[in-house]
Amino acid sequence: MADMRTPLKKVEGLGSARDGTIHFWRQRVTAIASIPLTLLFIGFLIAMNGAGYAEMRAALANPLVALLIALMLISALIHMRIGMQIIIEDYVHGDGGKLALLILNTFFTIIVGVVSLFALAKLAFGV
Amino acid sequence: MSHSHATRERPLSPHLTIYRPPITMTTSIVHRITGGALYFGTLLVAWWLTAAAGPQDYFEFVNGIFGSWIGQLVLFGYTWALLHHLLGGIRHLIWDTGAGLEKHTASKIAWANVVGSVVLTILVWVVGYMVRGG
Ligand code: HEM
Repeated sequence: MADMRTPLKKVEGLGSARDGTIHFWRQRVTAIASIPLTLLFIGFLIAMNGAGYAEMRAALANPLVALLIALMLISALIHMRIGMQIIIEDYVHGDGGKLALLILNTFFTIIVGVVSLFALAKLAFGV
Repeated sequence: MSHSHATRERPLSPHLTIYRPPITMTTSIVHRITGGALYFGTLLVAWWLTAAAGPQDYFEFVNGIFGSWIGQLVLFGYTWALLHHLLGGIRHLIWDTGAGLEKHTASKIAWANVVGSVVLTILVWVVGYMVRGG
């Protein structure tokens, strides 16, 4: 069968959705970043197990801890939003429902991110 | 045309009720389920951070829920989901290089994924409780 793509299309390599493999690639980059970051987070939780209010707040206000948790959150949130988009696109076929869920997916991700990062900032700057 | 009858029943294609899913199929589905669970699990992280940033009595309240037996059960499952997904993710990254796709190799890695996630989860909790005790 004749290839219907124009030479320009082939060079661009963006496909019909016009953004090529960027989701695939971002999913891999955030996966790689999430490996050490989530392992460090687990380590932090183990070390802090049983800590009380004051101790936990002091630990979370430590810049290194706060920055690493922030990085983990950002990496995981970008990663999970793409992942959930793939799941939605696989199982939801009606245009309306799909669109609604894709928008909810973005809202959910941003709200979780903003709430978490705000809490971290509040702990770090102590107001 | 001759009248030869089959002496044995002819094989049918694998049917859902007798089909034993290969381990790679199971881990593939579990990778998706754990990914979805971790997605909603971020709510627990956001809740916990908010509680730490808030007043003490609210922190103690949330701590009490996380520390209850049902809370601990959820967190135990959360740990397993994360570690299974993490190991499964490494498996995906290995596949992305083109390695580890041969049938028997893939099955072995899939089993390692399952066993590894369970062992690591138990390890995390044992160490966690030892830290708490000491
Ligand atoms: C800790 C390190 C992690 C690694 C190495 C990792 C790796 C991966 C990889 C490679 C995929 C793509 C699978 C595919 O192409 O089918 C994936 C999918 C996914 N991940 Fe992760 N991930 C990690 C953490 C997380 C976290 C923390 C979350 C959620 C908060 C998450 C949520 C998801 C979701 C929702 C999917 C989509 C599942 C699917 O399409 O079946 N992942 N992960």
